[in-house]
Amino acid sequence: MKLVPSPEQTDFAAALHDLLSAAAVPDAAASWAAGDHAPIRQIWSRLAEAGVTALAVPARCGGLDATPADLVIAAEELGRHAFPGPVAECLAAVPTLLAALSETDLNDTTGRRSATPGRWLSDLAAGRVLATLAAPPWLPYAADADAADLVLLADRDEVGVARPGAAHASMDHTRRLFEVSPAGPRTPCPAIGRALDLGALVCAAQLLGAGRALLEAAVSHARARVQFGRPIGSFQAIQQQLADVAVGLEFARPLLHAAAVTMAARDVSAAKVACSDAACRAARVALQVHGAIGYTQEHDLGRRLTKVRALSLAWGTPADHRARVMAELTKGAAWN
Amino acid sequence: MNLDLPAEAVAFRAEVRAWLAANVPAEPLPSVDTPAGDAAHRAWEHRLADAGLAVVSWPERYGGRAVPPLHALLFDEEYHAAHAPARIGQNGLFLLAPTLLAHGTPEQRDRILPPMARADQVWAQAWSEPEAGSDLAAIRSRAQRAEGGWLLSGQKTWSSRAVVADRAFGLFRSDPGAGRHRGLTYLMFDLRAPGVTVRPIRQLDGDPGFAEIFLDDVFVPDADVIGEPGDGWRVAMSTAGHERGLSLRAPGRFMAAAQRLIELWPEHEEQALRDRVVDAWIGAQAYRMRAFAALDSPAEASFTKLFWSELDVSLHETALDLLGPHAETDAAWTDGYLFALAGPIYAGTNEIQRGILAQRVLGLPR
Repeated sequence: MKLVPSPEQTDFAAALHDLLSAAAVPDAAASWAAGDHAPIRQIWSRLAEAGVTALAVPARCGGLDATPADLVIAAEELGRHAFPGPVAECLAAVPTLLAALSETDLNDTTGRRSATPGRWLSDLAAGRVLATLAAPPWLPYAADADAADLVLLADRDEVGVARPGAAHASMDHTRRLFEVSPAGPRTPCPAIGRALDLGALVCAAQLLGAGRALLEAAVSHARARVQFGRPIGSFQAIQQQLADVAVGLEFARPLLHAAAVTMAARDVSAAKVACSDAACRAARVALQVHGAIGYTQEHDLGRRLTKVRALSLAWGTPADHRARVMAELTKGAAWN
Repeated sequence: MNLDLPAEAVAFRAEVRAWLAANVPAEPLPSVDTPAGDAAHRAWEHRLADAGLAVVSWPERYGGRAVPPLHALLFDEEYHAAHAPARIGQNGLFLLAPTLLAHGTPEQRDRILPPMARADQVWAQAWSEPEAGSDLAAIRSRAQRAEGGWLLSGQKTWSSRAVVADRAFGLFRSDPGAGRHRGLTYLMFDLRAPGVTVRPIRQLDGDPGFAEIFLDDVFVPDADVIGEPGDGWRVAMSTAGHERGLSLRAPGRFMAAAQRLIELWPEHEEQALRDRVVDAWIGAQAYRMRAFAALDSPAEASFTKLFWSELDVSLHETALDLLGPHAETDAAWTDGYLFALAGPIYAGTNEIQRGILAQRVLGLPR
């Protein structure tokens, strides 16, 4: 029984936080939103050197065969820095799908670069390529397909390469959502459920990290901002709201870690609901505490706020996940 | 990270489960705050103690089994899942005992803990006063120096279990010249001593769950001071941490309630309530998983108190809404609901807890 990160995992998180803090993520994210993907891809290469992109890749393809718990540790840091791009797709879902395919699968007729699943996996592990995925109904669009080297469509129990179509802007300016259509033969894949669960888990971890950063930003603003001759953080109306945010985050984390251990449908969905709720509350309160300055693009807050709301709806909405929790609970015991 | 139970924990859980299955009364006992319930609950505690299950985490010399904290959590899960009786000794077991183990003398522990473990002595708490609720440091009840001890005078109120209890513990002002938080002394006293008057107060559910205690020069020997005279605030805050923390409200309690909610669900399938049932279970599971994480990384007591008290209210409100017009007559849920309503108030109101959390954990200015 151990539901806290190991010393190695704590060190890994701290190293990623240092890497991302030094990497000028906000500027790179602004470039990404403007269609220039190069700065984020440069940071992606450094994340690859730190092992992040290889976590969910099998060892036979140059990966680390890491546990979901390791993925969650990394994803929380990426969420904390509001790192843009198809994170859960590249780190979790696509490697899980590819690892379940045989080497003769995945013919790409889109005219893009074509490779075997094994080759894609080793390139993903090395951080040389980006991949994205549509998987209706949880993922009706492929996020950032314009930046991706590999676009997959997982529909029911089949996987294949997809062709991006019309693009839609997201309220999160760093996300562009693409309609996709099949582009080549589709292959039955037994790993779709597992891939989507791992993606939802990583998304939940990103949300928790973003929620934590929003709370930190709100606390530091409340300590610095003076009105009526006092820091606004000394007012009970501010303190009580921020305390509730802290409680939500504090009790979402153990659900996330438990889900990483069990990978059961019930637990992944509970984690996604709890992390999403906690992060959305953090976003609302952080905006309210910041006031008008938080409502501008000049301030960094909005980048996190819009990402939280977008991710709360991706990889299964809260309603999808609550329905799944109930279905699992009525099937079996609520304990264990 | 893992959720694996060591073999000895699994064996311990099996032993507890088997004993409870064979021994928990089929019918609920009368309310603990009535004379019949008092006797029945004390008898139940004797059986628990004879089976070595009354205070599993305590040292063996006081009647415990010195099991690790994980085992204590598992015990609580089994206890609540079996719908075993309320613990009449709760104030003593979960508030006073941790204080004595941290600050008491060996003589105090030897004298007080064994009869507490068997409910031969039941304890009431005596913190609040008419003018000292959330502002606990405003306590006015006095402890004046006397030959070989202290004379207590003043008024305590909202004293849980004082009607049926034998003894009580609380804070008294021993040095009125010192600052608010200084000059307070932590004392234990006999509720049947000369000069003590207990006036029962009926709670929302109709039972006299708490009382006023009037003290008129009640003598207390030096042996019943916990910690140093004048150091009572610091000693009491360690007890307050236990009251707000896990020891008072075990995760098993909420998991058991969530389980009952889920069992109600298929009978009703009120779609508008589905998400609330799910959220109740998610909250209970979050609390339980936080308790497992706390074995390695304890939570600030205020986090815990805020979470379980709000969870308890929403669990019960969901149950009542799910049962609809029949809920009114469902004593198990309505009693639980009225009990849950007290949670955000006692042990330091939730507003006080949020203030503590904001200032001490988040670092916001006073």
